[in-house]
Amino acid sequence: MPKIFINNNEIEFKEGMTVLQACELAGLEIPRFCYHERLSIAGNCRMCLVEVEKSAKPIASCAMPAAEGMKIKTNTKMVEKARKGVMEFLLVNHPLDCPVCDQGGECDLQDQSLYYGFDGSRFKENKRLVKDKYMGPLIKTQMTRCIHCTRCIRFATEVAGVSELGAVGRGEDMEITTYLEKSMTSELSGNVIDLCPVGALTSKPYAFEARPWELKKTESIDVMDAVGSNIRVDSYGWEVKRILPRLNNSINEEWISDKTRYACDGLLKQRLDKVYIRKENQLVEANWEEAIDLISSKINSTNPDKIAAHVGGLSSFETINSFKKLLDEINVRNYEFREKDFYVNPDQKMNYIFNSSIQGIEKSDFILLVGANPRHEATILNARIRKTYLKNKLPIFSIGNPGDLTYPYKIVGNKTDDIQQILNGKSEINSLLKKSKNPLIIIGESALELKSGKFILEGFKEFLHKNNFINENWNSFNVLTQNASTVGALDLNFFNKPNGTGNFFDKLNNHNFDLLYLVGSDELNFQKNNEFIIYQGTHGDRMAQIADVVLPSPAYTEQNGFFINLEGRLQKAYKATNPVGNAKEDWKIFNLILSKLKNKNLYTNYKDLIDDSLSKVRETKNIELLPEIQTKKINLTSGNFHSEEVFIRAIDYYFSNPVARASKTMSDCRLEKNRSTESRKTG
Amino acid sequence: MLKEENKIFKNLYNEQGWELENALNRDDWLDTKKIIEKGRDWIINEIKASELRGRGGAGFSTGLKWSFAPKKVGSRPHYLVINADESEPGTCKDRDILRFEPQKLIEGCLIASYAVNAKVCYVYIRGEYLNEGKRLQKAIDEAYSKNLIGKNACNSGWDLDIYIHYGAGAYICGEETALLESLEGNRGQPRLKPPFPALVGLYGCPTIVNNVETIAVVPTILRRGAKWFASMGRPKNTGTKIFCISGNVNTPCNVEEEMGIPLKELIEKHGGGVIGGWKNLQAVIPGGSSMPMVPKDICETLKMDFDSLVEVKSGLGTAGVVVINKDEDIIKCMARIARFYKHESCGQCTPCREGAGWMWRILERTAKGEATHKDINLLSDVTKQIEGHTICAFGEGSAWPVQGLLRHFRKEIDNRCFSEPIVKKKRKIPYLIDQHKLESKDA
Repeated sequence: MPKIFINNNEIEFKEGMTVLQACELAGLEIPRFCYHERLSIAGNCRMCLVEVEKSAKPIASCAMPAAEGMKIKTNTKMVEKARKGVMEFLLVNHPLDCPVCDQGGECDLQDQSLYYGFDGSRFKENKRLVKDKYMGPLIKTQMTRCIHCTRCIRFATEVAGVSELGAVGRGEDMEITTYLEKSMTSELSGNVIDLCPVGALTSKPYAFEARPWELKKTESIDVMDAVGSNIRVDSYGWEVKRILPRLNNSINEEWISDKTRYACDGLLKQRLDKVYIRKENQLVEANWEEAIDLISSKINSTNPDKIAAHVGGLSSFETINSFKKLLDEINVRNYEFREKDFYVNPDQKMNYIFNSSIQGIEKSDFILLVGANPRHEATILNARIRKTYLKNKLPIFSIGNPGDLTYPYKIVGNKTDDIQQILNGKSEINSLLKKSKNPLIIIGESALELKSGKFILEGFKEFLHKNNFINENWNSFNVLTQNASTVGALDLNFFNKPNGTGNFFDKLNNHNFDLLYLVGSDELNFQKNNEFIIYQGTHGDRMAQIADVVLPSPAYTEQNGFFINLEGRLQKAYKATNPVGNAKEDWKIFNLILSKLKNKNLYTNYKDLIDDSLSKVRETKNIELLPEIQTKKINLTSGNFHSEEVFIRAIDYYFSNPVARASKTMSDCRLEKNRSTESRKTG
Repeated sequence: MLKEENKIFKNLYNEQGWELENALNRDDWLDTKKIIEKGRDWIINEIKASELRGRGGAGFSTGLKWSFAPKKVGSRPHYLVINADESEPGTCKDRDILRFEPQKLIEGCLIASYAVNAKVCYVYIRGEYLNEGKRLQKAIDEAYSKNLIGKNACNSGWDLDIYIHYGAGAYICGEETALLESLEGNRGQPRLKPPFPALVGLYGCPTIVNNVETIAVVPTILRRGAKWFASMGRPKNTGTKIFCISGNVNTPCNVEEEMGIPLKELIEKHGGGVIGGWKNLQAVIPGGSSMPMVPKDICETLKMDFDSLVEVKSGLGTAGVVVINKDEDIIKCMARIARFYKHESCGQCTPCREGAGWMWRILERTAKGEATHKDINLLSDVTKQIEGHTICAFGEGSAWPVQGLLRHFRKEIDNRCFSEPIVKKKRKIPYLIDQHKLESKDA
């Protein structure tokens, strides 16, 4: 490995590193504003200047490639003077409004001015004032504070793939703007707030809510989609004030989607905090005993075949597991996790996860989307595809039209016949697919909802297996699930097998059930008839309105829970705040019901629950690791082909779950989005 | 004084006509094929031997720059870009080359393109030079029609296409990497170096960027020999140069002269003398507004070439000689220059963006006589905080002239700003004087 001398210490570095990275290897912190590991290098803040032997000028370490034998000094008078000079320049036009700035306490400029700032200002002129820009309902701007590091511009153009953020004007009149003062049409826009080193771009919903040092920080997992982004929940008392991303290179790098970040105000609104029982067609406050009595008597008086159960997309693995155990105890066989009938095959774990892994996307050289819209179904995963596109310029194809995905792709066709052609090796893309080393086939839920769902899933599996694209080193077979609970529910077989007790959805819509037990499930497309509905959940949403008994339970930030993301990675979400009101944890509610019915407990304590649950996770032993999928023996079957259109079901992105629906921020975003699509239509 | 026969730009004043036929009479395009047939290495070595230094301001060896281009064309094509974004205040040499000697430039483009393996040449002309661009386009069309450029140009077997691109009038787009950005259609902001354009330039391809004058003198050098060119001037500062004399002189003009000509001779002979006589001279900006001014006493003996100007802490730059006589307010002049730099800073990197405006504001106050001692020291600090800390040379270009003012005209500043207080300080009766002056030493 090449060597570099930093302050006379010899350091080995990797080829291609910059001087700044080499300095970090040496354990030196180089101050910086514009440099960011995941963005292109701008080199414009000039804060990272270091001295290089034989150079009269200090150099910007972030942009200078490290070279063998370079002699770098970071502790000389020259360096200190240069940095102090730059800091003074940054501060001359930066307002001194730290006391009223939301960035206070986590501001790069504040921190670094402690080391490099003068104690007084020598700038007697008037400070520059910049008009604030409108950037939508998520981003609050205070552009006078901007130090023109251009991180936000680079993020928008590179990672988010929208060119709506840019700079106008020249010299000290340069301004960062969205040009037309519209919100960014990106689901990743909130990340510019984290990137902004000063308080120019701050979070609008979080404005003046709290100071960073008074918040309790809990590291947790996001449940808004199946990606399982790593997040940090910042709470104050029982309120979740904000959600920030947590670095995890194998999942979300350091980005999170806007829904993950901003739906948290939905945790404070529309919450179920008391037990309700419907009396004379009105939900009336009740207590737990009354409710449990009523439920157990109803269960006792109903034929188990007439009882159905459904879990929602935000439920943790333990919840589903304990729920299933309760249902087994009372001999209920009609349970389901899907919101719409789509084909699943839980025979092997490989059949329902994203086998290539999110990080693996970067290795791919060919992508085929089958009835999937990753931008809305798994925003962070889509960002990874874009990153890979920028790096490898790989060919991307789609069956069905998912709309703008922030990278170019070609639509092969929108009929299942096009899929059949690919599987028969007769499509135009087959030669490209054959040539590729690490192709990715991503099958979306929309494709599996078709009548040919089984044909598509099993067909592709067989096709890839035949072409040796499923092997120990690379598994190109991927299913893009949409909900945080899906993979877990499939691990537990929490659904009606096709040849088991008949189709759940048909029975549901034919009103064959007398009692429905819904756990956090609000997305079912269902008209109530005479069913007795028990709703156990967090929000007064669609199903709570028609329920006969409402049981409050904690949201994902209020109880510990395991979630298995779409790659099959087991992760744990931690409790950040206490549940609201009288809410009880899901497994405790099941315990109450069972003890009333059969006078016994499901679990004696929390450890029991965890041990039992973890033993049921398939092919994953360790938390936060990918499952070990065996590829030697693959069970193949086949489905019937129907010629039909591959229609990608549009997702109401900002309204896809009860938390998001309760969030004011999300509905603002939705309004904004609808408005901008309308104005685009009318031109 | 340069002999008529040694002049390269014989039609600098359009006495002979700019059209192709007239240019051919002046030996343009004479034996271009033979020059090209001598090969790349010969051309580059000849230019190296002539010690031609870039005429755009930095004075980098042209032959050396050409030799940085990869020897063989790889997967990416090479480009030659001509920098005709002449924006330096006090400079207008390229304009007259574009107007009156366009064929010299076009021939230079062909030879230089061949030397650096480029088949496409872009001429980036500043937007204000619309008429000059039209003239150049006519000249290019003429050259195409005679097959001097185009496919198999001059029967040399080399293909060359020349395209003109108009800038939008930003000073910074004269910086070579900002020029490339602008040419690509982006914001005109300088790029980080390394990598240098010779390896990663226009559209990521190896690109050589040269000034108009540099390229225009190349054919004559190759035709008459490097020795001839190197025999003029002094070592490392060879050949002839177009000087642009302006300001307080009787006859402002462009003139081609030998390098190293005494400044006094230049002004007296070609500029018609300083208005009010040599005695009335206050200072001279020797190389366009970004070079520090030199006061009269240095001007007496000053020789106009790269190295002697560096010795007096100034620079030849673009050789735009601006004469300032004693009728002018030197501080106001400097404030005006600082305003220009404040306006033209691209805003990319911190020191220049924030510093240029700061310098201007302090200078405006100084010009009005409102500055304090602290202000002047601060001004000096600010120039030093900008210089050397920026992405491109604009930082130096804006800071150096101010440093020049502070170096040579401190007395003028002091006289204006710090006059004796009318009431002398008596600390015992402070209410008699300005209260707010009590804290400063000069109260």
